[in-house]
Amino acid sequence: MNDKPVNNRAWFFVLPVLIIVLFSALLPLMTVVNYSVQDTIGQNSFFWNGAAWFRELLDPTTDLGDRFAGALQRNLVFSFIILIIEVPLGIAISLCMPRSGWKVGPTLVIMALPLLIPWNVVGTIWQIFGRIDIGLLGYFINSLGIDYNYTGDAASAWFTVVAMDVWHWTSLVALLCFAGLKAIPDAYYQAARIDGASRLSVFRNIELPKLRRVLVIAILLRFMDSFMIYTEPFVVTGGGPGNSTTFISVDLVKIALGEFDLGRAAALSLVYNIIILAVCWLFFTVTTHLDQREGRPS
Amino acid sequence: MSRITLDGIAHAYRGTAGKQDDYALKPLHHVWEQGMAYALLGPSGCGKTTLLNIISGLVTPSEGRLLFDEKDVTRLPTEKRNIAQVFQFPVIYDTMTVAENLAFPLKNRGLPRAQIEARVKEIAGILDLTPDLNRRARGLTADAKQKISLGRGLVRADVSAVLFDEPLTVIDPGLKWELRSKLKAVHRALDMLMIYVTHDQVEALTFADRVVVMKDGSVLQVGTPLDLFERPEHTFVGYFIGSPGMNLLPATITGNRARVGTLEIQLDGTYPNFIDRTAQLGIRPDHAILAAPGQGLPVQVQRVDDLGRVRLARVMLGNHPMVATVPQDMSVPVGAAGVLFEPGRLHVYIDERRVEGAAA
Repeated sequence: MNDKPVNNRAWFFVLPVLIIVLFSALLPLMTVVNYSVQDTIGQNSFFWNGAAWFRELLDPTTDLGDRFAGALQRNLVFSFIILIIEVPLGIAISLCMPRSGWKVGPTLVIMALPLLIPWNVVGTIWQIFGRIDIGLLGYFINSLGIDYNYTGDAASAWFTVVAMDVWHWTSLVALLCFAGLKAIPDAYYQAARIDGASRLSVFRNIELPKLRRVLVIAILLRFMDSFMIYTEPFVVTGGGPGNSTTFISVDLVKIALGEFDLGRAAALSLVYNIIILAVCWLFFTVTTHLDQREGRPS
Repeated sequence: MSRITLDGIAHAYRGTAGKQDDYALKPLHHVWEQGMAYALLGPSGCGKTTLLNIISGLVTPSEGRLLFDEKDVTRLPTEKRNIAQVFQFPVIYDTMTVAENLAFPLKNRGLPRAQIEARVKEIAGILDLTPDLNRRARGLTADAKQKISLGRGLVRADVSAVLFDEPLTVIDPGLKWELRSKLKAVHRALDMLMIYVTHDQVEALTFADRVVVMKDGSVLQVGTPLDLFERPEHTFVGYFIGSPGMNLLPATITGNRARVGTLEIQLDGTYPNFIDRTAQLGIRPDHAILAAPGQGLPVQVQRVDDLGRVRLARVMLGNHPMVATVPQDMSVPVGAAGVLFEPGRLHVYIDERRVEGAAA
């Protein structure tokens, strides 16, 4: 039986939150939805356009569809590459970090440093670092006899953008894994020694299984962040050379603010948003489902 | 492998060894004999686990030598010693099945597959794990997980000793008793040295052939359960073993007489003079029998607790509270009564250690 007292005045307590959410999320989102189904001939006069923008966006034979398909592909490849590098590297670093003693503090601070630097500053650092005339990295690579120039060569540009992301965000994976490793009770390591397990076996049978939950979070965070990446490639390469590092967000800003094509930009925003939501939902559902199938969480 | 010798083993976790207070384990000599079941009994923080970890090699002692037979293994790493250890909380390998968990210590030592399978089957049979053998270990209950941990401790046939660090803490009381009898059966069947850490005296007394009582990093007494009960060498042993513990009465001793307050008690032996040292008389409640007023020493009965099997009277002997047994046929007494001490059961403790009197 529900014997809770009902008092409609309680709605007043919820009202401030509703108003804030309305102005901060709901209204802007609905504005975008509104734009995505309308066209304009300027002078603030809009008319109904149905799903035409969406059809154009999802049809690779059109100019917009082609741009979107290319950018989406680049985004997926980029996320895949950085996950493949950052997750194993992060785990490896966390295994090497000291777990007790005075070294813990300094190590954590050093590891956290890249995370504290604002995105556009990271971009600027690498923009200069990679320059072939005054940048340490660019000059050094060229002096090795390798032709490296991120403003002219797509491979160099990709290398720079990926290296920058690895430098910026591997710490996050490492710190999350470090926290996961610290949470493993000593008894597990002691039992492994009693059982005569090798170092590799300890990693495979104790550390990796215990890191699973942390890794799910790390992969989810890194996927979302890398899929939405904007500032760093924009500062370093501006999406170039050509459109080789033009990710969806970079293109979106070009369409919305450069070309002021509100309808197309709105449609692109919504599809972009839905992709991220769908991937996160899928990822979350699959991992929680796996947990349930294996019985109660330990 | 026949025995494990502790030769002056001591350990301090921090600070310089040498200062008495820094020792988690004070210098200790002891020989653990093959085929015996020992219980390490003592309150929390008395150094039981430290001692266990030193034997298994998880902790390297700050002083002393550890010998397996005649071989010095003090600095030998854990995996090179033939020691199995079971911890207080279940440790299982999440990703493996129960069978793989049990096989893990054997697989790491490169035993042939057929031998591993036979051994796993045998141990699973003893611990009732056979129906679960092919299940993933991570979905099981805490009980079952701890049984797996026990199984991994017992699965190796070549071990010098199996060490248990309060292994039944997480087990249901009912199952606890059953598992303990199983361990005892395994011990009899496999004839291995077992050392069992616990702070539960019932567990210690029912499991072990020899009980080692520890307090504050030192061993107070090693003996059979009967020894500990009948001749506690230290007041702490008297107090810690038995429920309720031994009665301890402050006394002054002269020759073969003890004086408690204003009362005089006849002793079995003659004692030298202990000047400036604390003397106490110890008598177990089981051996102090309540009697009619006028018999034995005069006491005032305060309260009688009926424990079903036995009735215990809380009485005042002069100014000192003590516990005595009420005989079966006696009606519940109130007020003045007498108390009789069974002959030969009264112990004299000087500075907390038992002293034997010279024959009178």
